[in-house]
Amino acid sequence: MSAILPPTERVWWKQPLDRVELLWIVIALAWCLIMFFMMPYWHIYGAQNLSNEAYRAKPADFSAKAEQMIEKYRVREEGELKVPVVHPPAGSDVYLIAQLWRWYPMLELEAGKSYRIHLMSMDWLHGFSLQPENINIQVHPGYEHVVTVTPTAPGTYSIICNEYCGVNHHTMASRLYVVK
Amino acid sequence: MAVNRMFRTCPASGLLFHQPAEKLMRWHAVAAVVSLLIGGLLAIGVVLTRWQAVHLLAPDRFYQVLTAHGINMLIFWIIFFEMAVLYFAGSTLLRCRLATPGLAWAGFWLMIAGAVVNNYSVLRGDSSVMFTSYAPMGAHPTFYLGLILFAVGALISCFVFLGTLVVARAERTYRGSIPLVTFGALTACIIAVFTIAAGAIILIPTFLWSAGLVEYMDSLMYKTVWWAFGHSSQQVNVSAHVAVWYAVAAIVFGAKPLSEKVSRGAFLLYIFFLQLASAHHLLVDPGLTSNWKIFNTSYAMYLAVLASMVHGLTVPGAIEVAQRQKGYTRTLFEWLRKAPWGNPVFSSMFISLIGFGFLGGISGVMMGTEQLNLIIHNTIYVPGHFHATVVIGTTLAFMGLTYFLIPVLFRRELAFPTLAQYQPYVFGLAMSGVALFLMGAGTLGVPRRHWDIGFAGVAFPHEFPGAAWLMMALAGISGLIAIVGGGMYLLITVWSVFLGKRIATPGFQLIHARDGVAPRLAPQPAIAAHGPAGTLVAPGTFTLALVFLGAFVLYYFINWKYLATVWPLR
Repeated sequence: MSAILPPTERVWWKQPLDRVELLWIVIALAWCLIMFFMMPYWHIYGAQNLSNEAYRAKPADFSAKAEQMIEKYRVREEGELKVPVVHPPAGSDVYLIAQLWRWYPMLELEAGKSYRIHLMSMDWLHGFSLQPENINIQVHPGYEHVVTVTPTAPGTYSIICNEYCGVNHHTMASRLYVVK
Repeated sequence: MAVNRMFRTCPASGLLFHQPAEKLMRWHAVAAVVSLLIGGLLAIGVVLTRWQAVHLLAPDRFYQVLTAHGINMLIFWIIFFEMAVLYFAGSTLLRCRLATPGLAWAGFWLMIAGAVVNNYSVLRGDSSVMFTSYAPMGAHPTFYLGLILFAVGALISCFVFLGTLVVARAERTYRGSIPLVTFGALTACIIAVFTIAAGAIILIPTFLWSAGLVEYMDSLMYKTVWWAFGHSSQQVNVSAHVAVWYAVAAIVFGAKPLSEKVSRGAFLLYIFFLQLASAHHLLVDPGLTSNWKIFNTSYAMYLAVLASMVHGLTVPGAIEVAQRQKGYTRTLFEWLRKAPWGNPVFSSMFISLIGFGFLGGISGVMMGTEQLNLIIHNTIYVPGHFHATVVIGTTLAFMGLTYFLIPVLFRRELAFPTLAQYQPYVFGLAMSGVALFLMGAGTLGVPRRHWDIGFAGVAFPHEFPGAAWLMMALAGISGLIAIVGGGMYLLITVWSVFLGKRIATPGFQLIHARDGVAPRLAPQPAIAAHGPAGTLVAPGTFTLALVFLGAFVLYYFINWKYLATVWPLR
C-alpha cells in the first residue's frame, strides 16, 4: 500500500522517469499544443469565428435603434401578437432584442448575403440559439454584441432561448427566415 | 484543554484512526449521503420532466427541482464527502491527530446550516435561479447566505486539514514526504481555498445586492467571477477523485505510483492551471476578446488537460505493474482481465476512470475550444459532459471509497454484498448512457434547462428532429436506471451503517499515544522497484492510452468538420 504511505525513496524527485510515462507525456503535450494551435488557425483560415465587436449600451437606446430599423424595413406582421417581420438590406445593421420572454423583431434575410446583427438583452441573460444550425451565443444586458452572419441556405429557421431566464423561458422562441 | 490522543488500529486494513477525526469523518459521510438522497429524489423529477413522453412537472416546479438537484448534488453531496476525504488523507494516512477537532465541528455545523438555509430558499419557490444563479436574475437573500455559510464552513475544514499537516510534521508521525494520496488531497484543499475566495468575491456582493444594499450587478462581471468559483470547484472534485483513484489502486492492489515525481507534478499542474476551465464558460460572451478567450482557456498548452491525461496513464499503469508482479504477465491485458471485477471498490474506481476520461474529458475539451463552443454552448451537451465528469468521475469514485470505508471506518459489514457487486455497473453504465444521449441531443441543438422542447402553445414553435426526441427519451430511461443504481448505493450504505452487522474485534482497545508522537505501525514490506530500465513497464496501459488518444483526436476533428458546415460568422 504505497500511494497511501510516504514514498519509499526519500529523494523521490531524483528517481528517473519511466519510459512509458515519458513517452506519454511527450505525446500528450504534443496533442495539447496541436489543440491550442487549432484555435488561432481557425481565426485565420476558418469561417466560423465569433466577433469581438461589442459595446456597452443602454437598453432604451438599443430599443430605440431597433424601432427605427423596424419602421424602415418592416415587410409584414406575423402571429396573433402581430410581430413585425423586417427585411433589411444586405450588409446593414440589424437589431435583435432579447427580453422576457421574446425575440423581437422577426428577421428575414437573404441567403449568401452578410448582415451585422446586433444582439442585446433588455433584462436578464438570454441565449441566442439558432436552430437547426445550432449556433449558440450568450446575450447579456448592457452589452451590444455585433455579429456578422452569412446565411447559406434558404429556409425557415428558429431562434430559441437556451439560457434559463425564468418560468416562461421555454416559450421564448421566434423565427428567422432566409430567402433567395 | 487536554488534547485527545486516542487512536485505534483497524484490524483489517492496519489504518490508524484518531478518535475525534473518525467521528468527524463519519458525520461528514452521513451528511454527504443525505444530500445525495435529496439530490437523487429530485433527479426523478428532472428526468421524468425532460423525458417529453412523461413530462411530469409543471414549469415552475421543474425549474425549482432542477435548481435544488444541481446544488444538492454538485455542492452538498460532493463537498461533504470531500471534507471526509481530507480528514482521512490528513489524519488517518499521516497517522496523526486531527488539529483542532472543535474548530472542525464548527465548520461542519456551518456547512449543515448553509445547506439547510440554501435548501429553504429554494423550497420557498422564489429562488429557482439554477446552480449558476446568473445576476441580474435574483434569488431570495437566503439563497446566497446559505452558500456563504456553507463555504465558510468548508474553508474552516480546509484549514483544519492544513493544520493537521503541520501537526504531523511537528510530531514526526511520518518520515520523508507525505503520501501521494495526501498530496492529492492537499491539491484539492489548496484549490478549494482559491475557489472559496473567488466565491466570497462574488457571493457577498450578490447577497448585499439581493438585500437591496448594492444597486447594480453587471451580468458579465458576475458570470466571469462566478465561474472562477463555479469551475474551480470542479477542479477540487477532480483532484479529490484522482486522489481516491490512487488510494483505491494502493488499497486493492498494493500498487505503487509509477513515479512519485510525475504523479505529484501532475497534481501541481492542477493548482497552477485551475483557472483555465473557468474561462471556457465565457467563450460565446460579448465583451471579451478572442485573444483573451484563447489564452485563458488554454494558457497555450492545456496543461490541466495534460495533467489529467498523465493521471489517466499512471493510475492504471500502477495497477498493471502491481498485477504483473503478482504473475499476471501473459498477453497485453491479463492484468486487467484478472482484476477483481466483483469488488465494488475496484470496479467503481475503474469505471470512474474510464468514464471520466473517455466521456467527460474528451467532451470537456470540445466545449473548451473557442470556436467549437459555438455549436455546443448551453445545449444539453453540457449536462451530458458534466454527468460524465462529476457523476461518473467524482461520485462513482466516492461510492467505491465508501464500500472500503464501511468496514474500516464504520466497523460494519457491508450489507447486501451481491447488490454491492452490481451497483457500480448499474450506476456507471446507466450514467454513461445519460451522458452519451444528452451529448447526442445537444449536438442536435436541444437546449439545457428547458421545460418543453415541444413548445406546446408557443406562437412560433421550433420543431426538433425525431432523433432529438429519441435521444431525450433514451437519456430519460438511462436516467431512471441510474437513479435505481444510486438507490442501490443508498440502500447498501444506509443499511450497513445503521443496521449492519458490527465487526467484532476481540481485545479491541484505544491506544493512547504519548504526547507529541503517534503510535508506531508495524513496518510495511517495501515494494520492489520496477522492471529493468529500457522496457515498457505497463504496455497494456500504454495501449489503452493510445486508444484513448485515437478517440480524442478523431472526435476533435469531427467537431471541427461539423463546425465548418454552419453559417459563416465573424
